[in-house]
This record gives sequence, C-alpha cells and structure tokens, in this order.
Amino acid sequence: MPSPVVSGKSPLDGVRVLDLSRVWAGPHCTRILADLGAEVIHITGRKLVGRREVTRETAMVTGIYPDNEPGERHWNRNILNNDMLRNKLDITLELDTERGLELFKRLVEISDIVIENYSPRVMPKLGIDYPVLKEIKPSIIFCSMPGYGSAGPYSHFVSYGTTIEPHSGLASRMGYPGEEPHMSGNAYPDPASGMFATGAILTALFRKRRTGKGQFISLAQSESGVALTGEASLGYQLSGNVPERMGNRHLRKAPHNAYPCKGDDKWVAISVGSEAQWAAFCNVLGDPGWSGNERFATLEDRLHNQDELDRHIGEWTRGQDAYDVMRRMQDAGVAAGVAVNAEELMNDRHLNEAGFFWETEHPEAGTHRHAGQPIRLSESPVRNYRPAPTLGQHHGYVLGELLGLSEDEISDLEQTGVIGYEPLVRER
Amino acid sequence: MSDGALEGLTVLDLSRYVAGAYCGKLLAAYGAEVIKVEAPGEGDGARRVGPFPDGEPDPEASALFLYMNTGKKGLTLDLASDEGVAVLKELVVQADVLIENFAPGVMESMGLDYAALSAINPELVMVSISNFGQSGPYRDYRADTMVEMALSGQMYINGDPEREPLSSAGYQPSYQAALYAYSGIMAALLVRDRDGKGQYVDISIQESMASEHQFTLNRFTASGGIRMRAGNRYGSVHPATIYPCKGVDGKPGLVSLGISDPTQYVLLLELLDMSELLDDPRFKNPSLCSQNYVEFDALVRPWFMEHTAEEIVHAFQDNRIPAAFVNEVSEVLDDPQYAFRGFWKEIGHPVAGTHRYAGLPYHLSEAPPVYERANLLGEHTDEVLAGKLGYDGERLAQLRKGGVI
Repeated sequence: MPSPVVSGKSPLDGVRVLDLSRVWAGPHCTRILADLGAEVIHITGRKLVGRREVTRETAMVTGIYPDNEPGERHWNRNILNNDMLRNKLDITLELDTERGLELFKRLVEISDIVIENYSPRVMPKLGIDYPVLKEIKPSIIFCSMPGYGSAGPYSHFVSYGTTIEPHSGLASRMGYPGEEPHMSGNAYPDPASGMFATGAILTALFRKRRTGKGQFISLAQSESGVALTGEASLGYQLSGNVPERMGNRHLRKAPHNAYPCKGDDKWVAISVGSEAQWAAFCNVLGDPGWSGNERFATLEDRLHNQDELDRHIGEWTRGQDAYDVMRRMQDAGVAAGVAVNAEELMNDRHLNEAGFFWETEHPEAGTHRHAGQPIRLSESPVRNYRPAPTLGQHHGYVLGELLGLSEDEISDLEQTGVIGYEPLVRER
Repeated sequence: MSDGALEGLTVLDLSRYVAGAYCGKLLAAYGAEVIKVEAPGEGDGARRVGPFPDGEPDPEASALFLYMNTGKKGLTLDLASDEGVAVLKELVVQADVLIENFAPGVMESMGLDYAALSAINPELVMVSISNFGQSGPYRDYRADTMVEMALSGQMYINGDPEREPLSSAGYQPSYQAALYAYSGIMAALLVRDRDGKGQYVDISIQESMASEHQFTLNRFTASGGIRMRAGNRYGSVHPATIYPCKGVDGKPGLVSLGISDPTQYVLLLELLDMSELLDDPRFKNPSLCSQNYVEFDALVRPWFMEHTAEEIVHAFQDNRIPAAFVNEVSEVLDDPQYAFRGFWKEIGHPVAGTHRYAGLPYHLSEAPPVYERANLLGEHTDEVLAGKLGYDGERLAQLRKGGVI
C-alpha cells in the first residue's frame, strides 16, 4: 500500500509529521505543512471527539454540520474539523494506554516532526515530552505551543484565542473610539500562532537538513499577540503615550471609516490619504456643496472634523450599492473595499478568478468549498486538496504499512479500545 | 557570530512598511544576512510613521521602522536610476532571497521582475507581497489595513451588531502576509536545496486574511449561515467576553473570560454561587447562554464589580476556568509571564536610545535568535558594496556623487 500522500515535487515530500494538535492554532500550522506535501498523521484521542450524539437543535445553533444534519457520525461531518484536516491522514490512538503509547513511540522513530498544543501538563504526564522523544529519535523536531509557554507563572493557565487576545494587548488596539478593548470575533491569536509555528518548524527543518540535528520549539501563543503589536509597545516607550482606541480612524488619513450602504448591514470601507485622493473622492460624490467647506479644506481640517465628515459621507453612501462605491472609488484611485460577509467572500470575483477556493467531496459530509492555501509557489504549487479523512481512516496504512502490524493485531487493537472509529465517551 | 539556523543566507529586502519588512526581520533573527535596500534620502516610508521619542519626528527613531527592521544592514540605492538597478542586479547574483512589496508591476517597470532576476540567478527565491496578488481583477486596487480587513471578510464579523464593523489591531493583515511569505521562502529554500532551482512566491494579503476564518466560511459552506458581528463576545458560546470589574488605584477594571465548554460553565456558576441558573432554560449551557447573554450579563456583572481582575483571574484559573487580564500595550511590558520567558529584548540604538523590543514567540532550543538594532539609513552601504561587489573608494564616490547611493 503506497502512501496516500501523492509524492511529486512538493516542498515537503518525504517529511512525516505526527500531529497531536487540536482546535485551530496547531491544526492551522499542520494544514499548511500538509498542503506543502508533508505526510501529516493526525492522531486523535477518541475521548476528545465529544459526545456520541449531537442533537439537531445544537447543530442549528452552531451551523457547522452540513445542512444542519449531524448525521449518524457527527464527528465526520463537522465542517470545522473537515476544513482543518484536509490533506492530512487520521488515526486514533489512546495515549493513556500502554499499547497506544508504545505505538506512538514507534511512529516517532520514523517521523521528522511532532507538534502539540495541549496545556503544558499533558505531554509530561503521558510520558512523551521532548526529553523522552529525543531519546527515541535524536533528530526529531518537537513543537510545543501552549497558550502561555511550557513554563512560568501563568503557564498553567487555561487559555483560548479569545482570552489571549485581551491578555496580549491585541484587543487593546481594537475597539470603538474612547471605549473598552474589543475582541476580534475571530479568535485571531489561533491562526496567528499557527503561522509562527509553521515558520519555526520550517526553519528547524532547514537547519536539520544542514546539520542533521533536531530541536525543541517552545512557542507561547500569547507572545504571538505581543509580537504582532510590537511597534505599539515600542512606540509607548518612545513617546510615553498609550495609544488611544480609534475604531476605524487613522492618524494620517481622513475620511477613513466603514460607511453604510443600500441594503441590510452593507458597508464599504473608504480610505483617503493624499490631497489628490481627497479631490478624486469628492469627484466621485459629484463634488457636493459640503465638500468645499473650509472645515474640510486640509488633511488637518478633515482629521479634526471627522464626525461631521463621516455624517455627510454616510448620507451619500446610504443610497449607494456597496460594490458600486468600491468600483467607482478604485477607478478614481481611492482605496475602498466592501466589508464582505461570508457569502460575498466566497463569491468574491477576484479570489475566484485567482482559484483561491477549492471544492472537496467528502464521503460523509458531501461537497463543500473551502479557502485554499495563500502560499503560492511558482514551481511547487499545492498539488491537490484531498478531503479530510474520516475518524481513523488510515489505521491500515499507518499501523499496517508503516509499523508492520498484521490485520489480526490491528483488529485486536480495536477490540481492546486502543483504536476505534467512534468517540470514547468520558466517564464522569 | 552565532549558529543561527539561517546562517549563510543572503537576503535582499526591498520592502517598505510592514508586510515585507517583518518577513525580513524574522530571517535576520535566525542569522540570515538581510540587506535592507532603501531609496537614498527618504528611505522606507515607515521612518515617517512613528510613534517618535517625545513626539518629535525623526527618520531614525520611528517605532514602526525600528521594530520592523531589527538585525538588518542598511543599503541605499536609487532604483529609479539605471545605475542603481545595475548595482542591484550585481547583488542579486549573490543573493539567496529577494523580498519586495511594491505595487504589482513596479518591479517589472524597473526591469527587476522575477523573469529578469531568475535569468541572472536561477537559484534565487523571490517573494512578492501585495494587497491582492500579482494578477486578477483587483490587482491594481489600492488598499490599507482597513480595506484589507473589509475585503477578506474579517471586518464584517468584527464589532458591534448595530454599529459599523471594525478594522484590526494595528497592521494585522500585513503581519499575516509576512508570516505566509516567511514560510513560503523556507519552503522554496528547501526545494532549492533539493532541486537546485529557485522560484517565485506570490503572496496576497487578501488571501492571507481570507484563509484565517474559523466559523465564517465554514458555517456558510455547511449550512448557509452568515456569521454576524457579536459585539465584544466570541458569539456562539457565552461568557467568552470582557467584563468590567473592580478597579485598582482609581483605574476601572476589566477581565477576560473564555468559557468554551459546559464543564467550565458549570464550574464558573459554582464559583459565582449561581448554580441555580443551570435550571433556567435560558442559561442551561454556554450555547443557550449565548442566545440570552444580555439577561445573563445583568445577573453576573454585580459579582465582577466586587472583585479585581487579579483576584478573578487567579481564582478562576485555580478552578480551571479560562480567564485572563485585559492589558494595554503599556501593561504587557510588566507581565510576569513574558518576563519569565525572556520575551522582551533590550536593544540600544544611537538615536532612539535603549528600549525593550518584543521578541519572537518561539524559541529554537539549538539555534538561539540574534537581536540587533535596526539599520540607520545607508549605514552599511560602503560595507556591502565593497565587501560583496568589491567596489573601491573611487567607485563608491562616483555612485554617491550621482545620487545612486
């Protein structure tokens, strides 16, 4: 049985990754590694799959099951998982069993990278932290990415993207003018940390190719947020001022905001910097009387009188189609963009012409479109997007082919609950 | 100097502002020689952004420039002149990587597009970062952070439901594109080491942000649902939000909660001594609570106003309930966890002075990063041109006289 990963000229051909990561931060990273051609083996502990059944009522609330039908095996129809697991292989393994642990260690022997985003207590407790795995395979690259890092006063904190955002200062840089810090609505530290992890792992792999040595990558998701606002914390030290929350406003551009358009909850973002852009902007509006008012004569004036300026602009945009405003502004050389919702994003003309979205046909979830890979390499593009595996789909390849277990041995593992195809319901 | 993981790589960094520059900074941190190419006289536009010491503009002391360009060498070169372009091409022969974030078409207009550069160095990895990529209907559209947030679907879901949607924290779209570019470069270098050929990496800021949705696209493709702005909440579960709490030293307090599963929710209500809410059909679990969050918040807010953030965070975390501080950028500098991991790097600079710079969120055990200050404008022009291209004093003087360097 050959590897299900198509071996061509992908950047990470022949690189094997053991992926213990969950939810979003780690999976975002391993999804990129998989897109780049690595053989990513996602290892699922079945106690973490959730309940045996999901009601239709819950499905309606979350909206993450195709047509709001959880089906008989909801875990194979969960669109969040299916989005994250594309191009990966999946096995189940109970790491708190002796046999599960032994099989995991045998997989480490034939792998290049291990990644996990558990809280720092978990891996040592299971007995598979870096010092242990390094003994088994000295060249292993091990990436650990808990919320606050593997040691320190807050390392035991339970954390999510939603709490890291305020803690790291990211939320303090968002929010309506004069109001409290605002969360992004997108658990942004998750993918952002996944991106740092990807960079760190590829850097370690590059070094390994030259020196043969592996290493331990210790990432703190919370530090990602601080790194991504580093210019502001440095700016505070230089100027002595804590930056104010400005909403959509800009220190050196005005008008600069999202304006309401015709229809329900339609908005267009418009950004005017230079005097030439201001003239072009006014021209698109038909040079209305107010635009010649001395209160808006210079950038300084426009910055100073933004509330009034925004009211005038909003009165005009309210009767306009958001896309129409965007096109007319852009044609005139003014930066503008529709604040697109999910449907508009998926139908975006530009992204579709660029072939950004990919359609996959999943045996249990059906056919769906997903965002593709922004890393576009001219000579080694993403070859294909295989649908997410079903739970335990690759036991045969990974345990049979890679580890050489017989069919009897594999069915014995299933009978003793070390592997399986359904959630293991937690005893309370 | 160090055994940096990227020791021996030479990078030409033609980028301005954030997207390309942050990518170059990361390469420099792991030991690559990153040569920042700036226009003579004015330099990178980030030099004029600030904030500045005491609010006094100084092109050598802009926080944005200082942070984005740590560890780089400074070369000035006028790419609008034929001679400047010729010098750059000589450098390209010796380079491993070239980074640029001009508007699409600008490199080509200077004769520096990938086709031209790969002809003189087939092993070159070139990365272009642009708002919408190098082709397609929006290629020449103008954008900034807010417009990128709008067209990537991030703005629509950000903010209060009844008010205008909100842009991002600082420069996040550019930062993310920088991180995709970094991984793209590393992947291309791995291919180059294997196949002996370079390649072109085309990174779109819009695609970078559009690939970072959790519920937005997925919910739509699964069930047709549109993710809406939820206010200062994560939306589908509650309380994952920011609550006002008891202040300290006259400052109002805030605390972050991140309840995401029923177990945490039960523990939370126990700790608040409000377990009876579990019997109320509106508040049985975090999903239902999310649908009735206004009523829920009215019930719990008084409790939070009686406790400080310090008390709440520790009491909650001791019970495995996700809670966190709500920090301003001034406060993260004093956070004990970041201090413990040595996250802040003290870096001196001849004009801006010595300050603490945010480090990188990852440590490589066998290859520690190098943290050095940003380059001054043209600081290493002579060193680079003499060292790499063997230019003598006469040649340098001639280039300088012609305004090329």
